Amino acid sequence: MRVLTLDDLDDMVLGATLLGTGGGGDPYIARLMVRQAMEDFGTVKIVTPSELDPDGLVLTVAVIGAPTVISEKVPAGPEFIGVVNALATYLGKKPVAIMPIEVGGMNTLIPLAVAAELGLPVIDADSMRRAFPQIEMTVFTLAGIPCSPMSVADEKGNLMVFETTDNQMAEKLARSAVMQLGLANGISCYSMSVRQVAESGIQGSMTYCVELGKRLMAVQRGESGAFDEFLKFAEAKIYFSGKIIDLDRRTTDGFAKGTVVIEHMTDPNRTMHIEIQNELLIATEDGKPIITTPDLICILDYENAQPITTETLAYGQRVNVIGLPCAPEWHQPGMLDLVGPKAFGYDIPYVKMGGTK
Amino acid sequence: MSRLKIGIDVGGTNTDAVVVDEDGQVIASTKSATTLDPSDGIAKALSEVIAGVDKSKITQAMLGTTHPANAIIQRRNLQTVGVLRLAAPSSLAIRPGAAWPKDLHASVIGPSAIVGGGYEYDGREIAPLEEKAIREFAQKCKGKVSAIAVSCAFAPANYDQELRAGVILAEELGADFPVSLSHQVGQIGLLERENATILNASLFGVAEGVVNGFHNALKGHGLKVDSFLTQNDGTLMTAEEAIRLPILTVGSGPTNSMRGACALAKLSDALVIDVGGTSADCGILVDGFPRESAAAIEVGGVRTNFRMPDLISIGLGGGTIVRQDGNGVKCGPDSVGYKVITEALINGGSTLTLSDISTKGGRLSGFGDASKLSGVSDEVVKQALAWVDEQIQNLSDRMKASRSTMPLIAVGGGSHLIPKKIAGIAEVITPNHHAVANAFGAAIAEASGTVDRVYRYAEQGRDACLDEARRLATEAAVRAGADAKQVRITAVIEVPMSYLPGQGCRVQVKAAGPLAS
Repeated sequence: MRVLTLDDLDDMVLGATLLGTGGGGDPYIARLMVRQAMEDFGTVKIVTPSELDPDGLVLTVAVIGAPTVISEKVPAGPEFIGVVNALATYLGKKPVAIMPIEVGGMNTLIPLAVAAELGLPVIDADSMRRAFPQIEMTVFTLAGIPCSPMSVADEKGNLMVFETTDNQMAEKLARSAVMQLGLANGISCYSMSVRQVAESGIQGSMTYCVELGKRLMAVQRGESGAFDEFLKFAEAKIYFSGKIIDLDRRTTDGFAKGTVVIEHMTDPNRTMHIEIQNELLIATEDGKPIITTPDLICILDYENAQPITTETLAYGQRVNVIGLPCAPEWHQPGMLDLVGPKAFGYDIPYVKMGGTK
Repeated sequence: MSRLKIGIDVGGTNTDAVVVDEDGQVIASTKSATTLDPSDGIAKALSEVIAGVDKSKITQAMLGTTHPANAIIQRRNLQTVGVLRLAAPSSLAIRPGAAWPKDLHASVIGPSAIVGGGYEYDGREIAPLEEKAIREFAQKCKGKVSAIAVSCAFAPANYDQELRAGVILAEELGADFPVSLSHQVGQIGLLERENATILNASLFGVAEGVVNGFHNALKGHGLKVDSFLTQNDGTLMTAEEAIRLPILTVGSGPTNSMRGACALAKLSDALVIDVGGTSADCGILVDGFPRESAAAIEVGGVRTNFRMPDLISIGLGGGTIVRQDGNGVKCGPDSVGYKVITEALINGGSTLTLSDISTKGGRLSGFGDASKLSGVSDEVVKQALAWVDEQIQNLSDRMKASRSTMPLIAVGGGSHLIPKKIAGIAEVITPNHHAVANAFGAAIAEASGTVDRVYRYAEQGRDACLDEARRLATEAAVRAGADAKQVRITAVIEVPMSYLPGQGCRVQVKAAGPLAS
């Protein structure tokens, strides 16, 4: 068990921005929410599954919508408390802990604000350890754990609980609901026992996020050896250093797509193409895949090592492209069909990066 | 009859002024030290610059000033502000003023309230405007605050509720009570826009002082001219508007310098390095406007959503101190700053500075007495200049967007330090009057209008949406004083909204044009 401090929060925000892999929403707003919740309701405990009753109920909570909208229609609070309480009522059982679905982007922090208000611990696990655009893209789907029953709510008191036949349908229904509910909503799904979290979840995600952020913070402070230490901890590598020479954004069919082209810093004959769909998904050099989803692509500012989100990418930025291996829990049958390059419509093979933690 | 314009720029160190004719030629210029009360410096610069000019030909005067920015940074003369947010039940999870530095929060933010109101992304109301709560809030503020800042969810797209709230506040507190509405101040991002609106309202007193000083100086010389202030993006607002929107001037200094440099060199695409006494700032101009930074900008420790010129600053200037360090030399990072005019060896002082090095190395002449440098060895000069050249090379490499070569414009009092040959730079240009590039940038500034809102392409189609945004920006520019015949679109930025199927897109359009005569 560890008690989360405001200092941890800064590290966590940076780690979450990195794990957002270009998307996941700016964690800044979520951090302000957590601060206010901690001021009003007290600190939050992070616990491992072994510290809880294996039969206890764990409920997840997240924000669903569009980051640009959330920056205008800032969260209220009751939409998140509401979805958790509604699901607990529906299941007829009180939760023993709150869990993030997505440790990456703003959804890393939303569960902390909810846990502070409900006086519950946050379980140190999740289902992605990066950002993904759709609810079914989780290790829980691979383990056959249903997403539904699920609840979606807005800040006004509109709330629904529903069940679906599979996790893909859950994504579709939730997405059409939030279009009506104002695109800045609370969602709770993947209710499960502590035992199921221990068996099927990605373990230690919150701690990993804080530790990652702490090491990147040291890089940003310019501490000697910090970059090597950061890369070693993340089992990551700098795959490319260069300057953004082209940026093509499209809003063709549904989700925003785009391509960013980076010219090598010292060898003008080398260029890297990175494909974007909400997050950075595929990095290729001369058509050859270098980093592929679900492994993480992170673009860091060359000078100050700040992760750059897809919305703030700009022509002329000097960047390092870092590849981080995805959580090892992802490597199981069905992974590529669910979150590999083909799942996003790219006809290229997955390049395994490895990774042990 | 040829008409003349005056440009004045109040910087941290110097107050510069120029008189410019219709062809953009500098008729007169002056440079003097910035005074404690900037009005004194403005009055002095003005009287110097118009001394030999036919005053009857002057029709417009433009002022660029860092005074509001310094007021925030130094927490001086800021007023207490009541904060009203129209957004409940949304946004209750984050109170106004969250994450402000404690000292600034204590001196600026008074009572605050989040009341029913605001809009959804698709234009529906989050809640009807809670008028009774606004009246109660106004009474709570009475006698406690000097101004009120009003923000509203999605105000950049729809500001009816903000206008209505303004009317209610006027009914409760009097028509003259100062109120700042967020849609006039900032762009998308409620919390950042609210922060900027609060800072704006806290600056009303400072702004009035600056504008009155400017007007009194003009009147004192019998000048009956239209007066304007320059904004962060290098365009103008009227002096009357500037009293209501002082926050929009906080980043105007570097912008004026870069645009002035560019126009003096008659280029629209170039790197600009402004070398002062203490630091060198490097930026890049694209189509005559500075490239803006993508990151959120903090003003006095408060996060805002202003776009500012993308600048890299390094500690290299005419006053940078040079020290012997074993067999080598160490330059800076400290500097004697503006005291270079007395502290440098060439000026009879006792500190070896880069101005001394530049003089001995043959890059600077006519500044002080070169004979005072007999004690400085050629080896020290060689090593210090090698350091300078390397720094400038790195600076231009970092700022350049592509491998192709481009021109570099060198401006500022320390621009003599910039070498004539830099890899990747087509040529180094030091234009005439470069020392007053800031004031020239203010004098040639144009009027502009901007639009920043979310469109759903699926409903009307992309072309229709972009056409509407271009039209609204053009109309806004004309309202700001631009000549309708010469307005052009200077920027269109489309950022698709992620995680939103249905082709939602944030569209930002800017239009600008020369002032109508």
